[in-house]
Amino acid sequence: MIQLSRWKVILVVVAAVFGCLLAFPNLLSDSQRAALPGFVPKNKLNLGLDLQGGSYLLLEVDVPAMREKRVTNLIEDVRVTLSGAGIATNGFQREAGGVIATLANPAQSDAAFKALQQLGGQAGPGGQVERTASRIGDNRVRFAYTDAALNGMGATAVDQSIEVVRRRIDSLGTREPSITRQGTDRIVVQAPGESDPTKLEEVIGQTAQLTFQMVDVENSVTEAQAGRVPPDSELLVGEDGTPYLVKKRVLVSGENLTRAGVGSDQSGRPAIDFRFDGAGARRFGEATAANLQKPFAIILDGKVISAPTIQSAITSGSGQITGQFSIQEAATLVNLLNGGALPAPLNVEERRTVTAELGADAVQAGALSTAVGFGIIVLFMILAYGFLFGGVSVVGLVLNGVLIVAAMSLTQATLTLPGIAGLILTFAVAVDANVLIYERMRDEARSGRSVIASMDAGFNKAMGTIIDANLTTLVAAGIMFVFGEGPVRGFAWTLTIGVFTSVFSSVLVAQVLLGYWLKTAKPKKLPIAE
Amino acid sequence: MRGWPLIKLLPQKTNFHFVKYARFAGVLSVVLCIAAIVSCFYPGLNMGIDFRGGASMEVSKPAGQVIELDRVREAVNGLNLGDVQVQGIARRDTNADDGSTAILRFQVPEGRDQTQVVNQVEGAISQAVGEVTYSGVSVVGSKVSGELFTSGLLALGVAIGLMFLYIWFRFEPQFGFGAVVGLLHDVILTFGLIVLFKLEFSLNMVAAVLTVIGYSMNDTVVVFDRLRENLRKYKTMPLRDVIDLSLNETLSRTIITGVTAVMVLAALAIFGGEALFGFSIALMFGIIIGTYSSIYVGAPIILLWGVKRGALADDAKPVKLGMASRP
Repeated sequence: MIQLSRWKVILVVVAAVFGCLLAFPNLLSDSQRAALPGFVPKNKLNLGLDLQGGSYLLLEVDVPAMREKRVTNLIEDVRVTLSGAGIATNGFQREAGGVIATLANPAQSDAAFKALQQLGGQAGPGGQVERTASRIGDNRVRFAYTDAALNGMGATAVDQSIEVVRRRIDSLGTREPSITRQGTDRIVVQAPGESDPTKLEEVIGQTAQLTFQMVDVENSVTEAQAGRVPPDSELLVGEDGTPYLVKKRVLVSGENLTRAGVGSDQSGRPAIDFRFDGAGARRFGEATAANLQKPFAIILDGKVISAPTIQSAITSGSGQITGQFSIQEAATLVNLLNGGALPAPLNVEERRTVTAELGADAVQAGALSTAVGFGIIVLFMILAYGFLFGGVSVVGLVLNGVLIVAAMSLTQATLTLPGIAGLILTFAVAVDANVLIYERMRDEARSGRSVIASMDAGFNKAMGTIIDANLTTLVAAGIMFVFGEGPVRGFAWTLTIGVFTSVFSSVLVAQVLLGYWLKTAKPKKLPIAE
Repeated sequence: MRGWPLIKLLPQKTNFHFVKYARFAGVLSVVLCIAAIVSCFYPGLNMGIDFRGGASMEVSKPAGQVIELDRVREAVNGLNLGDVQVQGIARRDTNADDGSTAILRFQVPEGRDQTQVVNQVEGAISQAVGEVTYSGVSVVGSKVSGELFTSGLLALGVAIGLMFLYIWFRFEPQFGFGAVVGLLHDVILTFGLIVLFKLEFSLNMVAAVLTVIGYSMNDTVVVFDRLRENLRKYKTMPLRDVIDLSLNETLSRTIITGVTAVMVLAALAIFGGEALFGFSIALMFGIIIGTYSSIYVGAPIILLWGVKRGALADDAKPVKLGMASRP
């Protein structure tokens, strides 16, 4: 085994060359890297957020809240449809996915069922019938979302949310944000660099649900404030705290918006110009035509922005929202509206922010301790095993370091602060392979074997132990990878890469170098043995 | 040249009667383990926000200026957040504890908006001590922290289970039990040390404990490998002598690797700054305990249990991995 075999030499040389090539870009500045020719690898180490600074947000899509809201809208649809068909009701009973209406006159049950069937016949955004009507007994009709629609809402909402969040973050100009889904109803946003986390959260946190609803003029606001809110209306407040009583039914919503832009009203204050799509323009036209001289409310995330009175039917599909906006507010709002509304509120479940300076300090501390740790090992190995054997493990260690950096740059695995610790520990354990081999050699030499035989036996017998020992580390790393999060995963990945590179470099490099020494120096005595 | 390289100073052949003291060591280990388990509940682990939920914020002023901790405490206590911890830490850039940096930990009360609470706290601090920078802010919701805790414990459990299976597969069931008892011992004592030093138990700490598990196994495997080899070589030697022999034979490696690892981790604890301090301390002690346990816990357990010598020599050949074959 100790004989110099050609493939081992080639393997070590090739690994060293490729390792240096892949690790090299880490020494260059960004502009130097950009100037490299295309075939040269350019990737640097991918630093985790704890090292380069940035924000980590774990968001949960509030699916139950969205379902609640959809059902509320459905109830209002039923209310309007039934009263529009001249069917009197005795009450509505809300249930998980829909509503049961009790009819005042059982004779109208067929008519009610037909009207609701027609309402349900309109295909939803998914292109499928989402809501169905059914009869219960003589005088009750049920109108509800199908189970498929209810179950699908969550998944669709998360997908849509990811899209919306991505558009919004892009509008902030954040560099390389990563937005991924986690589990069934969670989204992880990672934005590196100096992005302002508060701004980020502000932009993501706003649902930006824009709705146009009629103001309830038949009932008084004071009555409602006293707790007597009519069942088909809701009490909202304006930006300045003014209470508004608004019909629950949504005439048109932000989903029908095609474009929003910052404009100015007649007095020159910032306003928001908008345009509806075809369906939105038609619905808005019908609604305005039917409600001339009545006020309607423009509502954003549950707050009334303004409540203008309809002067004429608006059929062009475009309009203007005026309110007390500053230019910035108007611009942010336009961005949010153009990015689309979130289908459901997002709750921030976890948030971690590290400033770039703190990250840089961590890198510095990590680099310093790596250097010191490395120095200690080099010193210790040379003191313990001399310049030849100790030196051989130091060469292996250096190659190991290069290979780890190369592998991490190539795979773009994230290097985190605990990952740096993993790296340092890897160096210590890498030396263990050399120690195992050298101690075996010493054992064999003591039992009277020749230099060549004891070196050979040293490598052979230590190999099984080395593999056993490293496999256990791999198992531990694998578990961290499966169960860990963020920084812990980074640690596990560094450890895993380290196991492979360290076995390779400490064993193979030692075999090649010591084999060469054996061939050229023809030693009579093992320098590390008595 | 005698004494150079220095490894020659380490006696090649030692004759320590490790097993003789195993009974005493066993009693000591059991006592320490019980103490460690008790300490995990009383006073209990110092749970970080990863597992307890809540917020932690790092605030700092430019070097040379001092953040008055009392005033920060007072200001934040006024917000009715329950228990608020304020603690001065060393500056990140210079690693000097000059009073210009502090860390705050508090809980976000049930039903209050995280972001809002954090903003309130930031406002209160600025009012109390003037302009400060917030270099690191972490907020973990109670739901997520619960999940993180469960998955952390699960990871530790699965790790120990897999190690047991691995040793069983590679060696003998008795060896597997010895290794797992050793592992449990190491994990429990590491937890005890985390409590003793009041280190924050965080996600990173789970990584540290898992690494201790990996290292301790590594150490145990080296000893067991030699033990198995010697059991085959010296078929008539009493088991306790074979164990002593194997421990002595691997002693120089155990010491060299252990010392290297501990020195490197000490460097990490000293130069790695606040963020890695607890982590490296836990690892360092874990590795010391792991080294001790592979000598005094793992191997003596095998003595307690006994090994079928004949079976080991003939039937239970170690699984060949195909790497150790001669050319």
